[in-house]
Amino acid sequence: MSRDVAIAGVGMHPWGKWGKNFVEYGVVAARAALADAGIPWPDVDLIVGGETVRNGYGGYVAGATFAQALGWNGARVATSYAACATGAQALDTARARILAGMSEVALVVGADTTPKGFLAPNAGERWDDPDWLRFRLLGMTNPAYFALYARRRMDLYGATSEDFAQVKVKNAKHGLSNPNARYRKEVAAHEVLESAIVADPLHLLDICATSDGAAAVVLCSVEYAQKLAQKHGSGDLVRIKAISTVTPTFPNTIIDMPLMSTDSSAVAGVPERTFKESIGDAAYEEAGISPEDVDVAEVYDLSTALELDWIEDLSLCKRGEAEQLLRSGDTTIGGRIPVNPSGGLACFGEAVPAQALAQVCELTWQLRGQAEGRQVEGARVGITANQGLFGHGSSVIVAR
Amino acid sequence: MTATPAIDGWFTTGDAPALLGSKCTTCGTVFFPKTTGFCKNPACSGEEFTETELSRRGRVWSYTDAQYQPPAPYIPASDPYVPFALAAVEIPEGLVVLGQLAAGFGVADIKVGDEVELVVETSYVDETGERSIWKWRPVSVEPVETTGGAQ
Repeated sequence: MSRDVAIAGVGMHPWGKWGKNFVEYGVVAARAALADAGIPWPDVDLIVGGETVRNGYGGYVAGATFAQALGWNGARVATSYAACATGAQALDTARARILAGMSEVALVVGADTTPKGFLAPNAGERWDDPDWLRFRLLGMTNPAYFALYARRRMDLYGATSEDFAQVKVKNAKHGLSNPNARYRKEVAAHEVLESAIVADPLHLLDICATSDGAAAVVLCSVEYAQKLAQKHGSGDLVRIKAISTVTPTFPNTIIDMPLMSTDSSAVAGVPERTFKESIGDAAYEEAGISPEDVDVAEVYDLSTALELDWIEDLSLCKRGEAEQLLRSGDTTIGGRIPVNPSGGLACFGEAVPAQALAQVCELTWQLRGQAEGRQVEGARVGITANQGLFGHGSSVIVAR
Repeated sequence: MTATPAIDGWFTTGDAPALLGSKCTTCGTVFFPKTTGFCKNPACSGEEFTETELSRRGRVWSYTDAQYQPPAPYIPASDPYVPFALAAVEIPEGLVVLGQLAAGFGVADIKVGDEVELVVETSYVDETGERSIWKWRPVSVEPVETTGGAQ
């Protein structure tokens, strides 16, 4: 039995700082995805929302919030939260019901309205919350974690600040004509290097912003999609081949937000794979493909240097060789394995519950040949990668 | 007046301060911060832990600094804000522990793999007085005399 589900439609609300309620963005994205699918909202039998934690109760029950805003249609409902991997977990929930034969058409929506500046923990004194404690005890911000990974690349593999800047230059170029990107402007390496250092070695322009935005995906069974395709006379189906949402395996030995320490490997031994390696590995295994089969990747460039980490975590090159790949132009559109053709977080900024869905939207457009101005020619297989807090992460593989 | 630890039971003070972890009496795995209840080693069914002082020396896994004042609940050590450095340090018990670098040290003073030693320094002042926290001090470098951390 095939474990594929079809992507019937995708849609987004452009990323930016629009200052509106997240529900409005979500509805715009949802309607765009439904229109793209050619499926009327009353035909949807499951809605899954990506929870947003900074927008009150409506954000906690995002699935129902979007359902009501679209007009109650009696659909089953679920809401997912997995930090930055929220969108992928929401997709996985929808896929499970479809593959179980319990749903036919599902709408998955993620939307966020974000505050300005550093993402800070929720208010109040919470001495048992690691996310609160890391700020109080150590002043450890998210960029500081990104900077630890970046500095390690420099000391171990000879990465330079210029390399990190070139990731930004590449992604800025990729996103230039992406209508959903927030930043559509070429950036020169010297502008990155001259921007203020936030957490050494990372400059302001190495680190992604936080944005408002929304993304939606309509999933359905392959049978339903084939019927729909006959009706609409459309081409190859884009299918989801894998959604990996694995948790770490003890001991998790790489320091991860928001923790102040890792597990100890002294008794259990150092695991064969790091957590991030295991995320991609599980996706490849589920899809039954290998890294050489991948044509295009959308990875979580919370910082420029993290894009290089992800390229290696997904085995798109060997450990320590991502800088070479970047320098040779292999990760640029037209190269061997284009990375972040959408422009990535560098051009979008992060809208947490929408971001993993935005990655899937981009790959869908890439595989359909509809990524105007940023098309990876002949792309047939794409992979996403994304990391959250508290042991969350995801990787989605799509193919046509 | 002596500073009191910013958090109870996470580290000792004095001439040779140490972080306080938990050691599972069944499998021997060490945890920091301390843990209670069930051992987090999935292969172990242990439920009892003893308090254990962690090694005071370790090697730098990576490092950075905070050029901008972190948001609350961080409490700055001084006004105006002075940047500080941070290190992730691998200790012989097989885990990595974050901490600020001792005052006077910055990112230029260490490399991945360098040896550092645990110290306890005043971190901030709140309504109860001076509060202290553990920090990592490079072993082979002398601090620069400044009021803050990173240069």
